[in-house]
Amino acid sequence: MNREKRYVMVVDTRLCVGCKACVLACKAENNTPDGFCRDWIVEDIWGLFPNLRAEIRSERCNHCSNAPCVDACPTGASHKVDGGIVLVDHDLCTGCKACIASCPYDARYVHPDGYVDKCTFCAHRVADGKTTACVAICPTKTLHFGDANDPQSEVAQLLASRRHKVLHPETGCEPNLYFLT
Amino acid sequence: MQRREFIKITGMTALGVAAASSAVLPKDSQAAVDPGTDGDHTVATFCELCFWKCGVLAHVKDGKVTKIVGNPDHPLSRGALCPRGTGGTGLLYDPDRLKKPMIRVGERGQQKFKEVEWGEALDYVAAKLKDIAAKHGPESVAMFAHGFGGSFFKHLLNAYGSDNVGAPSYAQCRGAREVGFQLTFGTALGSPEVIDLENSRAIALIGSHLGENMHNTQVQEFAKAIERGAQLIVVDPRFSTAAGKARHWLPIKPGTDMALLLAWIHVMLNEGLYDRDYIEKYAVGLEQLKAHVADKTPEWASLETGLEASQIVDSIRVLAGARPAALLHPGRHTAWYGDDAQRARAMAIVNALLGSYGRRGGIYYPTKLGVPKYAGIPDYPHKFKPTPDKPKGKVYPFADESLAHGLRDASIPGTADYDIKAWLVYGTNLIQALPEPKKTIEAIQHLDLLVAVDVLPAEIVGYADVILPEATYLERWDDVVVTPYKEQYIAIRQAAVKPLYDSKPGWWIAKELANRLGLGAYFPWNDAAEMVKARLAAGKFDVDAVLKQGVALGARKPVFIEDGAPAVFATPSKKIELFSQQLADAGLDPLPKYTPPDEPGAGQFRLLMGRTPTHTFGRTTNNRFLSEVYSDNELWLNAQVARELGLENGTQVRVVNQDGVKSNALRLKATQRIRHDCVFMVHGYGHSAAGLNFAKGRGADDAALVTRIKVDPLFGGTGMSVNFVAIERA
Repeated sequence: MNREKRYVMVVDTRLCVGCKACVLACKAENNTPDGFCRDWIVEDIWGLFPNLRAEIRSERCNHCSNAPCVDACPTGASHKVDGGIVLVDHDLCTGCKACIASCPYDARYVHPDGYVDKCTFCAHRVADGKTTACVAICPTKTLHFGDANDPQSEVAQLLASRRHKVLHPETGCEPNLYFLT
Repeated sequence: MQRREFIKITGMTALGVAAASSAVLPKDSQAAVDPGTDGDHTVATFCELCFWKCGVLAHVKDGKVTKIVGNPDHPLSRGALCPRGTGGTGLLYDPDRLKKPMIRVGERGQQKFKEVEWGEALDYVAAKLKDIAAKHGPESVAMFAHGFGGSFFKHLLNAYGSDNVGAPSYAQCRGAREVGFQLTFGTALGSPEVIDLENSRAIALIGSHLGENMHNTQVQEFAKAIERGAQLIVVDPRFSTAAGKARHWLPIKPGTDMALLLAWIHVMLNEGLYDRDYIEKYAVGLEQLKAHVADKTPEWASLETGLEASQIVDSIRVLAGARPAALLHPGRHTAWYGDDAQRARAMAIVNALLGSYGRRGGIYYPTKLGVPKYAGIPDYPHKFKPTPDKPKGKVYPFADESLAHGLRDASIPGTADYDIKAWLVYGTNLIQALPEPKKTIEAIQHLDLLVAVDVLPAEIVGYADVILPEATYLERWDDVVVTPYKEQYIAIRQAAVKPLYDSKPGWWIAKELANRLGLGAYFPWNDAAEMVKARLAAGKFDVDAVLKQGVALGARKPVFIEDGAPAVFATPSKKIELFSQQLADAGLDPLPKYTPPDEPGAGQFRLLMGRTPTHTFGRTTNNRFLSEVYSDNELWLNAQVARELGLENGTQVRVVNQDGVKSNALRLKATQRIRHDCVFMVHGYGHSAAGLNFAKGRGADDAALVTRIKVDPLFGGTGMSVNFVAIERA
């Protein structure tokens, strides 16, 4: 069957304990520079003591289907590859930060070597048939990665069966990072 | 307009640069640049960032460890890791590591040392040990240890003639739980706790902050239980990560857990929520228990705990509704208020009433594989003298491990049955791990010898006479590990890379000391690798397969009563002892009693301490890799109280305890997530050791504020959450 892949990540906020194993596994896998991480944890707390509610999210680049960073990039460094993964070509990138300004998720940073860096959905691993480093390490099985266009995939089934949300849907950028709530 | 112009200009410049570059990838390249962190090979070993012993695969490339991932074959990691497990490289490549043996030249504690060669350091230690044995007897040497590599030194000490080995992980941590459960069911729970969280249908936590306390398998199972719809009840003065996932959060007044437990028992018995058949078959003392809790109503407990009576009733109904696949988590760090073993007893009794001991989703009967000892090691030559870990004349009838603080106290001359004259400290920073640090420093001044075997220059290392730099767990072999667990397995630790600097594996250090002490016969193997392989071969394991996988699994055996595991209770009555005749005979409360806690004075808060998922106390706070995501502790204070004190979130504050001890400055976290009468900080910060260049001065040290303790009469454990602090602007 010939159909286009749409890689997504599904984050089960009910299971996440915010331990940051995902953040550190990414750092190790992708050898990000000191002081920079490609993913991060957000803990939202609502209410007043003792009536409180919490949500913990592992966040990263949303690899938007309608990616504003790709549109904003003047050099073509930010681009899409198979499965909708958004990558930055280090050699084409000048570090102009237009993409950083355009990103609703603050997912990008300027690498000390001068180019803009961010989550790649571990495209180098995915090309090898492996899952991402953050998914692999996650002790609570909060994180799931796969092709949402394949109805048999775990991510498609989770999205079909569980209540979920995306962040900043109002931007129209069609993010591919889903949060089960 | 301006921004658009800017982009246009930079865009043009960029194209110019790109055209000039010869290494430009086409923009439709299908894969990201491979960061190249996969090893040219991997080594299967197990982690030592904490003490859970998860299997890891170390990726090694050009002789360097590039990254560490979970070993999918290992039952404790199941392919996943906690954040600390990823941080072994931060330990291995820590620039502050101990690099050469050193001998003290200044006064103790001045941290002045000269570098020496191994031969000189080992000769010095051996000569001192011989001298001490002649003068005071070998039993006057004590060892303090935390970490698996300590096994070689314990063996050395036993051969030398002393069995005085203490670990703060007992009296300062899980001891109370072990004593309480052993008195009730006949067996301590050990580590990993023998609990079947993944199959629990309801889980209650009392002060156990799973998710912040990040024992890999346990948190994996905790999440799995939540995923399967288990009900969660969290009793904690703090809205912990776990509380954020709970159906019932009970923000209890600190120190009143016993009142809640007695009321829970009251409701279970009154409403018939307990497992009658199970109790009838396996337990003794139900009638005494009924009488004991007759007046311990939820209304009574409400006044003590600050919880609604309805919350108390609803939560135990939820827990009991899922029995027997219901678990009141036994806890781990339980050294809180001085009546901790009795609180653990009450928790054990709740589990008994749930019928959860020996049942799926409750507490299981562990199984383990056997591995033969290395052939030819002689028996120890001495009958060991009883450990002097209690003040003269004092008896703690139910202590079944040595008290680390007791061995410390015995170093102050004339206070115990005999004096401790020398310490061998392996991998435990006693300055932060024991309460009353002033007493630790005083005891050190009386010693004839203090030897520290460690990887990093923690505070205790600064007090040593001789520092022996050990190789990290990634650079050494250790003994075979055999863990009682629900799956039978053994695992090995093997070196992924060669030791850096002039560090040496623990086995080598112990063997070299043994040779110098005339105890070489106790270390007959050439090296630890040879010893491990010989033991595996003798046990008929496929040695090559174990080396490759790091682990060998045995056949599954039943671990639950319903699957055929025998319902054994190793108590004197051979039954679950709701009423404890053992305690009665020792003149102690046979049923747990509630004592109201001390109240904080005006402007004071009870100091509570705990964990963050990224760190193992002060052991990892110098780890720069792990500190990328958590580098300083904070002081949690109720936001309303903070407002009343005029303190904003983020303000630098200090806390001052009831004895005037003032902490380092740390950041205030003004939050809704904690009660008004207590403050909380993560343990292991506020280092002062000169050599911890990263951790030094970061955050505040809770241990320094623990100038008071309440001693548990059952086993001598040190209740440490009995200190009160005031807060001032830094």
